[in-house]
Amino acid sequence: MTERRDVIIIGGGPGGLAAAAELKRQGVERVLVIEREQEAGGILRQCIHDGFGLTRFRKSLSGPEYAWRFLSEVRASGAELLTNAMALNIEAPEEGTGGSFTVTAASPSGLLRYRAAAVVLAMGCRERTRGALAIPGERPAGVFTAGAAQAYVNLKNLMPGREIVILGSGDVGLIMARRLTLEGARVLGVYEILPWPSGLPRNLRQCLQDYGIPLYLSHTVTEIHGRGRLNGLTVSQVDRARRPIPGTERHVPCDTLILSAGLIPENELTRKAGAAIDPRTGGPVVDQYYQTGIPGLFAAGNVLQVHDLVDYVSLEAENLARSAARFLASGLPPCPIPVEGEGVTHTVPHFISGTEDAVVSFRVKEPLRQGRAEVRQDGRAIYAKRLPRAVPAEMERLTLPSASLVSQNSIKVVISHDG
Amino acid sequence: MKDSYDVIIIGGGVIGSACARELSRYRLSIAVLEKENDLCRGASGRNSGVLHAGFNNRPGSLMAELCVEGCAGFQQVAEELSVPFRRTGKLVVGFDEEDRRQLLALIAQGKANGVPGLALVDKARMRELAPFVEGEFAMWSPSTGILDPFQLTLGLAENAAANGVRYHLSREVSAIKDRGTSYAVLTASGEAFQSRWVVNCAGIHSDRIAAILGTSCYEIHPCRGEYFVLDQRSGPLLPLPAYPVPNLRTGGLGIHLTPTIDGNVLIGPSAEYTDRREDFSSTRPVMDLLLSDGARIFPHLQGDLFIRSYAGMRPKLTGKTEGGYHDFVIERRKETPRAVNLVGIESPGLTAALPIARRVVRLIQEEEPLTPRPDFQPRRSAPPRFRDLSPEEQARLIARDPDYGEVVCRCETITKAQVLQAIRGPLGANSITGIKYRCRASMGRCQGGYCQQRLVQLLAQETGAAPEELLYSEEGSRLFFGKVREND
Repeated sequence: MTERRDVIIIGGGPGGLAAAAELKRQGVERVLVIEREQEAGGILRQCIHDGFGLTRFRKSLSGPEYAWRFLSEVRASGAELLTNAMALNIEAPEEGTGGSFTVTAASPSGLLRYRAAAVVLAMGCRERTRGALAIPGERPAGVFTAGAAQAYVNLKNLMPGREIVILGSGDVGLIMARRLTLEGARVLGVYEILPWPSGLPRNLRQCLQDYGIPLYLSHTVTEIHGRGRLNGLTVSQVDRARRPIPGTERHVPCDTLILSAGLIPENELTRKAGAAIDPRTGGPVVDQYYQTGIPGLFAAGNVLQVHDLVDYVSLEAENLARSAARFLASGLPPCPIPVEGEGVTHTVPHFISGTEDAVVSFRVKEPLRQGRAEVRQDGRAIYAKRLPRAVPAEMERLTLPSASLVSQNSIKVVISHDG
Repeated sequence: MKDSYDVIIIGGGVIGSACARELSRYRLSIAVLEKENDLCRGASGRNSGVLHAGFNNRPGSLMAELCVEGCAGFQQVAEELSVPFRRTGKLVVGFDEEDRRQLLALIAQGKANGVPGLALVDKARMRELAPFVEGEFAMWSPSTGILDPFQLTLGLAENAAANGVRYHLSREVSAIKDRGTSYAVLTASGEAFQSRWVVNCAGIHSDRIAAILGTSCYEIHPCRGEYFVLDQRSGPLLPLPAYPVPNLRTGGLGIHLTPTIDGNVLIGPSAEYTDRREDFSSTRPVMDLLLSDGARIFPHLQGDLFIRSYAGMRPKLTGKTEGGYHDFVIERRKETPRAVNLVGIESPGLTAALPIARRVVRLIQEEEPLTPRPDFQPRRSAPPRFRDLSPEEQARLIARDPDYGEVVCRCETITKAQVLQAIRGPLGANSITGIKYRCRASMGRCQGGYCQQRLVQLLAQETGAAPEELLYSEEGSRLFFGKVREND
């Protein structure tokens, strides 16, 4: 049996919940959120530290508190929240038929099938693993991704280690450095392969410096030791090409390695649905309305691009919801203008309309003391934004006024150093 | 004496499991002693998962004979034991005239061994068979296949257990005493078993077990092979195994690309002789080599497809300086007449496992008549694989058991029901790796990032293990240092 909804949202984390509440505010009637866990909230449920909500609510909240605000909104809004259900497949309608999507989900109550005019992808991201990083050595117990370690400590009351090394200076790793220290573990150091930190400046200060935990830049783990349980690591300095420098190896006895070396948008369903993926973001190719190449299929939050702050995930998802509501009511403007980048790791969206203002987000490739993001079209600068002290750890945004465009040709975001 | 048996099999890999299963057809009391805390922890689970056709081995050798026999008869084994298997065929690709000469020699050798259908194919035909494989021409072997080596070992062992074979895990054999009509088999844990026969299936340690038995004439030369596992996104690009022309001198088949039965692609193995017998490390130089060598025949190979690496150990009877292959040794010796030694069972041991086991049965029959058991049950059923079913079948399963509606491992779509079966099944899992081998939970691209917590919870719930007792894989591989806070 197939039930009908107007919009189906895959994922009940910060993105999915914010999108659901906003869709209801926009007057969309039948909104369904499909969430795989027993409770909605996504990764926020295990983030018991504070610092969430400073942008969205002007208040420092813990992860569960931040999630609770959206969850309350969703519950009050009349959107339907289906937990303990795993979306298995999204079938897009045949092109040009204006038909609807079919979403299949497994739940203990049965194999559920829904049809909807629009689907919102809000599956978030996963962590880069040891296998993906291809770290040599033995394969003992005691290697955890930072998010998994966080879940064990904060949700499962299980202590993953005592003498800990963290590889990668991503924010979850920094948070876990502090968290594990507070629970009596010894965090011996954070090793970062890049010459600059990947985490936010405030986390470097509050989680490492305040606890005297050393950060080793341009270093990596070159071998894992231990047969049953991990008993040590070899760490090495790396050159500019991130290759280990022979002769710099050092043995670090420890029992645990925590990985905080990157997040990967979770787009298996997106691929199955047939949407194109941008290899730079790992997320789908979207236009300024967060619509993928498949009309009616939208994406926002970490499934689209890995964010620095959850507040921006929510804000992006709310923008998406307004676009999706427009899509259902009257349709969206075409977006023929490609967006490119230079000196940035990526740009999102990939296409803009030219008829309405567009928010373009990006990250700088290298830290800048004083720089500018310039938008160029047809070889000339049409817009510029100053970037005082930009770092790759932070996502940058600019709002490009439609009036600044001079043609229908591609635009390019170019980063330049000022002095 | 703790237990007394007619036959003790040392080793719970694919060979030990096959021997246990084939011997369980007869009225014999049988036990398997395995030093690890689970089956399939050595070479049996650390290989390419290929059902070999038998063209790589010298005509007249046991390797050739038993490989061809194993390949031909595998369909029946797969059906009886519910082992996922597909006869994909295989390409051995060549680039130059020297390769062509070698491939022609391989075809001739294969024909002499009785391998069906071998032929040299041109580039166009090669591309029809495998559109993304690079090479100028290839040898096509239609009878080669791919299989799930864990499921084969487990299927044999579960079937043996169902037919009365006793399994004793975490029992490392430390001494064997010949008492005239029986052996006393002593373990490092201090237990003593008694048995009229001993079958040595100890793989990489088979020379040591033979020495303990009283035969010091074998020497195993451990030879490590490293692999990468690629994301299932790569699966559709490689429909069948693609090998380079084998380098016979190094005694490996060369770094090849193999699709797995579950849709991943493996690259490997390398071949390095090592001093350690259980050196399952991955090393940087070899990882780089796998990537560059693999890309020669599969240019789509990219680092961002890696999801895991692993290594296995070949129990070779030829040392580094000789290279090449020694034949399988499957024999009873005068000095130990009631012991069967299986030594140097490297590739194609997986393919030849059942023919090898039947040979062991015959060696015992030379000494004493064996009476078939009328109640022998040849079939083993495996739990349904939710992911591979049609939506209608999935719906029916969930209706029957709601645990099929709870997807625990997202990457591989493994349900709670399957995880519970992996733990509760005959010879059930007692570690995270054990669960993984049995049902594939955490084998996917996130490598347990999402599901390991749930596996931990289910394992603790089902086995009653305290947090600090929960194991990742082998003994000593504890996952946790107790609770974070005592008052939960």
